[in-house]
Amino acid sequence: MEYFVQQLINGLTLGSIYGLVAIGYTMVYGIIGMVNFAHGDIFMLGAFAALIVFLILSPIIGIAGVAVIVLLLAMLVVAMFMTSLWNWTIERVAYRPLRGSFRLAPLITAIGMSIFLSNFIQVAQGPRNKPIPGLVNDVYTIAGLSVSLKQIIIMIVTATLLAVFWYIVNHTPLGRAQRATEQDRKMAALLGIDVDRTISITFIMGAALAAVAGAMYLIYYGVASYSDGFVPGVKAFTAAVLGGIGSLPGAVLGGLLIGLIESLWSAYFTIAYKDVATFAILAFVLIFKPSGLLGRPEVEKV
Amino acid sequence: MAAVQNSSTHPEDNLVQKGIKEGIFAGVIAFGLFLLYIGVVTEQNIHNELVYRFRWFALAVFVIIAAVGRFLVVTVGQPWLAARKADAKNKVADSGESALKKALPKLALVFLLAYPMLAVGLAGPQGSLKYVDNFGIQILIYVMLGWGLNIVVGLAGLLDLGYVAFYAVGAYSYALLSTYFGLSFWVLLPLSGILAAFWGMILGFPVLRLRGDYLAIVTLAFGEIIRLVLINWSDVTKGTFGISSIPKATLFGIKFDASKDGFAALMGLAPSSAYYKIFLFYLILALCLLTAYVTIRLRRMPIGRAWEALREDEIACRALGINTVTTKLTAFAIGAMFGGFAGSFFAARQGFVSPDSFIFMESAIILAIVVLGGMGSLGGIAVAALVMIGGTELLREMEFLKVIFGPDFTPELYRMLLFGAAMVLVMLFKPRGFVGSREPTAFLRERKAVSGSFTKEGHG
Amino acid sequence: MTMAPGNTTMSKDDIILKVEHLSMKFGGLMAINDFSFEAKRGEITALIGPNGAGKTTVFNCITGFYKPTMGMITLRQKSGKEFLLERLPDFEITKKAKVARTFQNIRLFSGMTVLENLLVAQHNKLMKASGYTVMGLLGIGGYKAESRRSIELAEHWLEMADLIDRADDPAGDLSYGAQRRLEIARAMCTEPEFLCLDEPAAGLNPAESATLNKLLRSIRADAGTSIMLIEHDMSVVMEISDHVVVLEYGRKISDGTPEHVKNDPKVIAAYLGVDDDEVEDVIATVESLDGGANG
Repeated sequence: MEYFVQQLINGLTLGSIYGLVAIGYTMVYGIIGMVNFAHGDIFMLGAFAALIVFLILSPIIGIAGVAVIVLLLAMLVVAMFMTSLWNWTIERVAYRPLRGSFRLAPLITAIGMSIFLSNFIQVAQGPRNKPIPGLVNDVYTIAGLSVSLKQIIIMIVTATLLAVFWYIVNHTPLGRAQRATEQDRKMAALLGIDVDRTISITFIMGAALAAVAGAMYLIYYGVASYSDGFVPGVKAFTAAVLGGIGSLPGAVLGGLLIGLIESLWSAYFTIAYKDVATFAILAFVLIFKPSGLLGRPEVEKV
Repeated sequence: MAAVQNSSTHPEDNLVQKGIKEGIFAGVIAFGLFLLYIGVVTEQNIHNELVYRFRWFALAVFVIIAAVGRFLVVTVGQPWLAARKADAKNKVADSGESALKKALPKLALVFLLAYPMLAVGLAGPQGSLKYVDNFGIQILIYVMLGWGLNIVVGLAGLLDLGYVAFYAVGAYSYALLSTYFGLSFWVLLPLSGILAAFWGMILGFPVLRLRGDYLAIVTLAFGEIIRLVLINWSDVTKGTFGISSIPKATLFGIKFDASKDGFAALMGLAPSSAYYKIFLFYLILALCLLTAYVTIRLRRMPIGRAWEALREDEIACRALGINTVTTKLTAFAIGAMFGGFAGSFFAARQGFVSPDSFIFMESAIILAIVVLGGMGSLGGIAVAALVMIGGTELLREMEFLKVIFGPDFTPELYRMLLFGAAMVLVMLFKPRGFVGSREPTAFLRERKAVSGSFTKEGHG
Repeated sequence: MTMAPGNTTMSKDDIILKVEHLSMKFGGLMAINDFSFEAKRGEITALIGPNGAGKTTVFNCITGFYKPTMGMITLRQKSGKEFLLERLPDFEITKKAKVARTFQNIRLFSGMTVLENLLVAQHNKLMKASGYTVMGLLGIGGYKAESRRSIELAEHWLEMADLIDRADDPAGDLSYGAQRRLEIARAMCTEPEFLCLDEPAAGLNPAESATLNKLLRSIRADAGTSIMLIEHDMSVVMEISDHVVVLEYGRKISDGTPEHVKNDPKVIAAYLGVDDDEVEDVIATVESLDGGANG
């Protein structure tokens, strides 16, 4: 039982990271109907930005006491800023000219961007894994369960961000503009919503969440690599689809589920097949619920 | 454009002003984008600790390139493009050009038939290896894969992100059945195709209800599942080590080796590995031609028309009495079959297969070739394969770049970087691919190409 | 309100479609409620009613796009073969029962040429002739001959729909009225016994409307296909239909000849939206106008 709960905690931690990335996929999909394949690499850029900030700052302020909090905050903020700028630029340069064109064109540019970004980091920063020393290593044991401070931080940060994000989407004019654009871009434009700006902000928000996820991933695993965008990216995309792409709660639910499936499967079955299990469950769910768990069923209008 | 905005000042001045403004803006953005990733480099030191150093010069180069590039785009590129667009509107279709276009496939075929001879003639048997193998065979494999996937994506409009799975099924079918049971290439080639088609049906069946991006992710998932199974089922597949010393293909029982009754000895030629490569070149060329022939024939048959109709409007298909389930399944199966053929060829060519050859990136590259070529167009896809695969292969050959960038420069590193950038650029300039129009499958009076603006890309 | 005259005197053969107690529920909404009617062979039956009355839903039930919650839909072919449409998947309703349909918002294969659209409609016939692709691919069997015949059939309907000059143009390039006619011609290429048209005249100008009426009449006369149509344009309905069924809130409120329906107070009330007790006044008004307005 304790083992089970332990795996549950591990799964939720991982799931939070996937969920944060999945939101970026689902938001962009919701607002312009494209799968932003490069989003996983935005996540990777976030991890690298956090890594570089860590390398620059840690010798200056150290990694003890209050410094850790400052360091973490700096990593998060800089990573968020960097990925936002990248995603904003990518949308401007590679996606906006293709808006309203052929549906597969933006998908292909997104795949092209993904290849470009991972190889750009490979060329610019080298192909080797980049390890950092453990940042917050405290582990608490409560009732036989060990919970690391990292896990607590990840879950708290995720929950806080989700709350902020939830508030923005549902209770601010910006969120209203986003939802309107999502429903009908042309009509939203006619009603005076700056659609271009709204879409840009959506990309920026998605990138910021991915950056947080990237920084968390770096802290959790202590290592970053140029190829880190792909697997978490695909997992997060899977999470978004599992939850019902376009649905924000669905993305979080999908992320948590995938985290749980992974950790529980690794714990009770063979770790080698954990990804097979994830993908098989996705296929299985979609066969019975073709629009994902929380997605709106696609009404076939005849 | 600038001239329209403000006609009171001199248009050129205005353009330059605008260029400077946008150039500076691009420079600032580039500074932000590259500050951490170019401006700082992370490296392991002797103690294996991660350290960083600043690269201000490289950062400055990037910023300047961005700023100057943007300036040139605004002042030179955009006016030129606008002028060209205006020109294209005024220009009437050139008939001489279309005659050339008609003859192009035949010319290309003649060239391809002569290509290995040319290569041997110009570079000698040993020197021809590079041209026949790295360029010829490599490109033709992608042409065949692109044409195979084209049936699924280009014709039937079903977005398949896991096509490489069928390639893998074909390759492992050949690798396993030939090493374990000693079956010959000519038995296994069709068998691999059939097995891949069978997998296409198995994978296709559950996902047929899914549409669009749901279909995309599930096909991606299936592709990954197959790869992961190949990695982990190591009793049979030898896992990540892969299967090596796969028997080579033979020609009417003649082996391509240095033995007494090998091809070279029988023909009275000096032994060289070039003959096998040349044989493989003609083999893949024949497979490509088979794929093209079947595709062209199928398009003019009811099943092919039903695929295209499915891409255009699935509901209308059902209202016309078309069984969309079997129609989609045949598209999946036939597309998969060609992937399987290509896979068994790949295994015979390499003599070695491992799961590393069947990663998602391969599916993405094949899909990119189909879309960049222009969905449904065989010629366009062949051109896309030539440009994208040939172009990146060419980069391996650019030794002279070392003179410019120093001896540490390895052009191969930039291969995929440029590949990704090229994908983006081609899509931006030609969103419908190199060949955007569609050739009708039947006509009453005259065959008129259908402009890309009418064709749809499917929902699934 | 009486049933169409002669219901008992007619022989069973004259009825092509029989809908009995059809009900369709979407969640809690009863879109169609215990709806029954009969369409006769060789006639044009019009289904009319205010917006949201459930007309298209009835069509979708007949053509298999929706599975009705309750009820029975029987189609009786000339040969005497009967099909229970609610039990067939949508494509088999066209393939086997020979019911074709068009859509309210035109669904053409816009990237294919006009001719190709008509060839796709002959898919099942051609599939068989090509030996399910295998024989055709090898060039044996009667595919070539059948393919020629299918082009002839397509040509015939192109002539009928006045589209022969546009045969090699993309369907998406046609004008709206021509697209409507093409959709009908395409449906006719499935060689149906019963043709369902969902608002064929919607959005047409008077000239296009007239061409359409001509096409529909010739379909009934030449091909012997029975037609059922949903229409808002009363001039079309009154001019060409033999039999009108009126639907309101998913229930049938009138059924009979155009003349009968036109004067049915319930229909007038439904269209003019008045309370039941005011119906009498409305009838009086309508009669004083001598029925000049077309409904």
